[in-house]
Amino acid sequence: MNYVVPKTALEASKALVQEGAFALAGGTDLLVKLKTKFVSPSMVVDIKQVPKIMGIEATADGWWIGAATPCAEIVEHESFCKDWPGVVEALSLIGSTQIQGRATLGGNLCNASPAADSVPALISARGTCIISGQSREREEPIEKIVTSPGVTALEKGEFILGFKLPKPQSGTGDAYLRLIPRSEMDIAVVGAGTTVSVDKNKKITSIRVCLGAIAPTQIVLDGLEDIFIGKEPDENSINKLVSIAEAACKPIKDKRGTIEYRTKIAGVLSKRTLTIAYERATNH
Amino acid sequence: MNDMTQTNLERALKIVGSRPARPDGVDKVTGRALFGADKSLPNMLVGRVLRSPYAHAKIISIDTSKAEELKGVKAIVTSTDFEDFPSEFVPNGEMVVNMKDITRNVMAREKALYVGHTVAAVAATSEDIAEQALALIDVTYEVLPHVLEVEDAEKPGAPLLHDDMITIGIEPAPESASNVAKRVEFGFGDVEKGFSEADLIIEREFTTQQVHQGYIEPHACLASVSEDGQAELWCTTQGPFVVRNFCSKLLGFNAAQIRVTASEIGGGFGGKTVVYLEPLALALSRKSCRPVKMEMNRAEVFTSSGPTSGAKIWVKIGVKNNGQITAGDCVLKYQAGAFQGAPVGPGAMCAFAPYDLKNVRAVGYDIVVNRPKVAAYRAPGGPISEYGVESVIDEIAIKIGMDPIDLRLKNAAKEGTIAPYGPKLGPIGMIETLEAAKSHPHYSAPLGPNQARGVASGFWFNIGGETSSSITINEDGTVGLTLGTPDIGGSRASMAMMASEELGVPMELIKPIIGDTNSLGFNFLTGGSRATFSTGTTVVESTREAIEELKKRAALLWEVSLDQVEWFEGHARLISGDEPKTMSLAQIAKQAGKTGGPIMANCSMNVTGAGPSLGTHIVDVEVDEETGQVSIIRYTAIQDAGKAIHPAYVEGQMQGGAVQGIGWALNEEYIYNEKGELENTGFLDYRIPVCSDVPMIDTVIVEVPNPNHPYGVRGVGETPIIPPLAAISNAVSRATNKRFDELPLSPPKVLAKLMHG
Repeated sequence: MNYVVPKTALEASKALVQEGAFALAGGTDLLVKLKTKFVSPSMVVDIKQVPKIMGIEATADGWWIGAATPCAEIVEHESFCKDWPGVVEALSLIGSTQIQGRATLGGNLCNASPAADSVPALISARGTCIISGQSREREEPIEKIVTSPGVTALEKGEFILGFKLPKPQSGTGDAYLRLIPRSEMDIAVVGAGTTVSVDKNKKITSIRVCLGAIAPTQIVLDGLEDIFIGKEPDENSINKLVSIAEAACKPIKDKRGTIEYRTKIAGVLSKRTLTIAYERATNH
Repeated sequence: MNDMTQTNLERALKIVGSRPARPDGVDKVTGRALFGADKSLPNMLVGRVLRSPYAHAKIISIDTSKAEELKGVKAIVTSTDFEDFPSEFVPNGEMVVNMKDITRNVMAREKALYVGHTVAAVAATSEDIAEQALALIDVTYEVLPHVLEVEDAEKPGAPLLHDDMITIGIEPAPESASNVAKRVEFGFGDVEKGFSEADLIIEREFTTQQVHQGYIEPHACLASVSEDGQAELWCTTQGPFVVRNFCSKLLGFNAAQIRVTASEIGGGFGGKTVVYLEPLALALSRKSCRPVKMEMNRAEVFTSSGPTSGAKIWVKIGVKNNGQITAGDCVLKYQAGAFQGAPVGPGAMCAFAPYDLKNVRAVGYDIVVNRPKVAAYRAPGGPISEYGVESVIDEIAIKIGMDPIDLRLKNAAKEGTIAPYGPKLGPIGMIETLEAAKSHPHYSAPLGPNQARGVASGFWFNIGGETSSSITINEDGTVGLTLGTPDIGGSRASMAMMASEELGVPMELIKPIIGDTNSLGFNFLTGGSRATFSTGTTVVESTREAIEELKKRAALLWEVSLDQVEWFEGHARLISGDEPKTMSLAQIAKQAGKTGGPIMANCSMNVTGAGPSLGTHIVDVEVDEETGQVSIIRYTAIQDAGKAIHPAYVEGQMQGGAVQGIGWALNEEYIYNEKGELENTGFLDYRIPVCSDVPMIDTVIVEVPNPNHPYGVRGVGETPIIPPLAAISNAVSRATNKRFDELPLSPPKVLAKLMHG
C-alpha cells in the first residue's frame, strides 16, 4: 500500500484517479475500514496539504469550511457557532471528543452514510460544496452528493475541497437533533436538521427540513412552504409537518430500529427541531 | 472462627474500614500494568482461529494441506489434536462444566454449533500469514437447521444440537433426545393451597435477552511449551489454577508440567473462568516448539466467548390484602448456548430467596440453542429470575395500595428463615437494607414530570472454596503476601489491609502479589464474591501464624518463655518484667537468621460459611413518551457487605454492578439475523452504558457481620447486578402506567409498548 501527500488539488486528483486509491482526511472512517479489512487500498492519498482544504473562514457572502478541517476546530469558532448553531450541534455529536479532533465534514459526507450527523444540518442550511477534479472545479448543493449508501456522485479523481454556507439573513435559526439509544458514542437512528427564517412579525419566510437515516439518502421534506410561509407555526401546521415527515420515510429495519420506530421518530424530531429553530430565528 | 470475630469486635480497627490507595493503582493509571496481551517472547508466533460461519453444521472434512504449505505457517491444530472425553460433570464455581463439552467448545468436533465456534487454529510468523492460512483451510460443512430461542428449541421436532441429550431430572426419564438438558426444582410447602388462601394473585411472563459481561480486555494468552513438555502459560483469567487444570486435562499434561501466571485483568465478571484460547495456544506451541500468542478481537469476544442466558420466565405470586405473601411459584427457561450448563439452578434457588415464604416452588429448565455456550456472569442466573419476581412484587404493591418497601419488609427473609433452596439462613441484612432504603432521602425526594421511582431487592449466596495464600516477613521488616485469587476488584488492597491490621505495621510496608500456580496450593478462581471472604480468611490465619513465630523469635532473643510475649501494634512486648520491653517486627526480622531462619507462614483450607448478601436499589427514571427513551435520573444502591474492609472498593463493586444492571435493563442484547449470525459484534451496537448514560450511583453500605469471617466479610461483587433490572422496569412501568415484562427497555421496545400496549 502506497501513501502519498499531494501538495496541490491537481496532484491529488491525479493520484485519486488511480485504481484502488482512497482519499484520507481525518481517517476516522478509513482507518477503521482498513483495520477491519473492509477495504484494501493500493494507495492512500492524504489530501490535507491541498491548499484551502484546511480551516474555516468568513467570506464576503458567508462561510468557507475546508473539507478536511477537524470538527473540533469548527466547533471552537465563535462567530460561526453564532451563525449556524444547528450545524455545530450536528458536528459536536459525531463520535467522541477524540474523534472530533480528526473527523471532517468532507469525510462525513463522502462516507455516504444515511446516518451521517453533519449532512442533514448542512443541507437544511442550504450549504454547497466545491468539488475539485482533474480538469475543473464545480459547485453542487450538498444534497446532490450522496446517491445511495456508501456511494457518491463524485467522479473518478474528484474530491471535496470545501463547503460554502451562506451568511444567515436576519431572523434565521437552525437546529439539529438525532435520536440514539444511548446518550453519546452512537449512530443516529434518525437525524433531523431544520432551518427557518422569520420576518419582523415572526412569520416564517423560509423553511427547510432534512432528515437522515430514514431512507437510503438524506431526504429534504417537500411541500412545507405552503403550510408554513407567512405564518407562525401552530398545532395544525406542526401536525402536518409530522405527517409529511412520516410519509417521507423509506427506512430499513435493522439492529438500530424498526421501520415503525424510525417513522415515528422522524415526525417527533422534525417537530422538535422546528420548535428550536423557530425559537432561535425569532431571537436572531 | 468465632473466636477470631470476638477478638476483632473487642478492639478498635485502625486499617480495616479505611480507604488507602490500592497497591496496583499507579501501574494501572500509568499504563505500566501488564494485561493478557502485553507479554511477548523471542521467536514468538501469532495464533489465529478459524471459526464456523454457520449456526449449526456437520463438519464433513477439514483439509489443512494448502495452509500448511504456506511459508511462515508453523502449526495447525484441529479437533484431531485434542483427546475426547466421556461426559463428566465438574463443579466450576457457581456453574457446572462437562469435559466432553469443554473439549468440543474449545474445538468443534462432529458439528459446529454456533457462528463463531472454533474449527481450527493456526500459528504463523505473522498475523497476516496466519490470516492467509485460515483462508486456505478447506472445511466442508453440511449445514443443518438451527434454533435460537428456548420456546422453539423445546418443541418436539426442533433441530437437535446433541442427539444423545436425554433430559436429566424428569422421572421417568424421557425416551427420546431433546434440547432440554435438565429440569431442576426447589421449594417447599403447598403452592396450590397457598394460592387458594390469597386475596390477590398476579401471574406474568417475562423475557430477557442474552447479554455479555462486556469486559474491556479481550481474551488473550501467551503459551510456551518446551521440547521436554514443560509449559508456561501467561493469560488473563479469574483462576490460573482452574486454567491449569482444564488445560492439563484437555492436552494430556500433568499439573506440574504447566505453570500458569495470571496477568492483570481488564474485567472478567465471570466470563474469564473458562478456557478458550489457552488450550489452542498450548497445542500450537507444543506442535511448533515456539511460543504462541493469541488474542481475540472484539467480534470474537462477542461471538465466541460466553455471555449469560436469555430467558423466558413465568412468575405467579399470591398475597393477602395485608401484604402477606401466601405462595410463590415460577418456571424459568434459560438458554444454555450450544452446550448444557445454563445458570438456571442458582436462578431457581435465589428467585424467592429475599423472602420468608411458607409455600414456594421454582422450576428451571436448562435448554441448548445455537448460540455461544454461556459462562458465568456476575451472580449467574440471579438477575434473570429475581427480575421476574421483583417485578410481580411491585405490581402487587400497586394493586393492594402498599408501599413497595413495606410490602418487602412484611415478607423479608431474616435469621432463621428457611431459604427456598433448603438451608436455614444465618444473620442476613434484608430488613436492614430495606430500612436503610426507606429512610434514605432519595426515597422521599420529589419527582419531576414523566418521572417515577422504582425499587427492587436482590439476594446472592456468595461462596467460599479451596484457598491457599502465604506471608513472608522480609529481613528489613517489610512483608510479602502471595495470593492465589486474581485481583478483579481491589482485593490486593483488602488483603494487605487485613494483614496490616493483624500485624500492626503500615499497609505501605506490605506488598501483595498474585502468585503463579507453582507458588501456592490450589486456589479456586476469583468468583462467587469469594476473594475477600476466602483469601481474606487465609491471609488472617497465616498472618496470625506469622505473629506466633515472631513472638517465638522474640522470646528466644529475650530468653523468656513464649507465654511471656504478646503482640501489640507491630511489636513483640514482654508481659512481665520490671520495665516495659518491646521489639519491633523489623528488629525481629533482622535477626531471623540467628533465631531459626526466614519467617513465613501459609494457610491452605477449604473455606466455608460464606454469608449471603442482600441489596435494595432505588432508581428514578424519566420516560420520553414520544421517543420511548428512558433516562436514569437518580440511583441509590444499598447493600449488606457484612464488613467493608475497603469501603471505596465495596462502593465500586456496588456502582459497577448497578451500571451493568442498567445496561442489561436498558439496551444490551444479542441481535441475531435469520441465519443465526450475530449482527451486533461491537460496542457500537452492543450498547453497554457510557458514562453520560448514568448518574453518579449513590451507595449505602449496611454491615450485618458474617460470623464466619474474622472481620465479618460477606462478599459484595455479585448482588448489586441483581436489583437494577426490576428496579428500572418497575420505575418505567410506574411512569407510564403500563406493566413492562420484557428486557431490554430500549427506545423502540418502550415506544411500541406505549403505542400498542
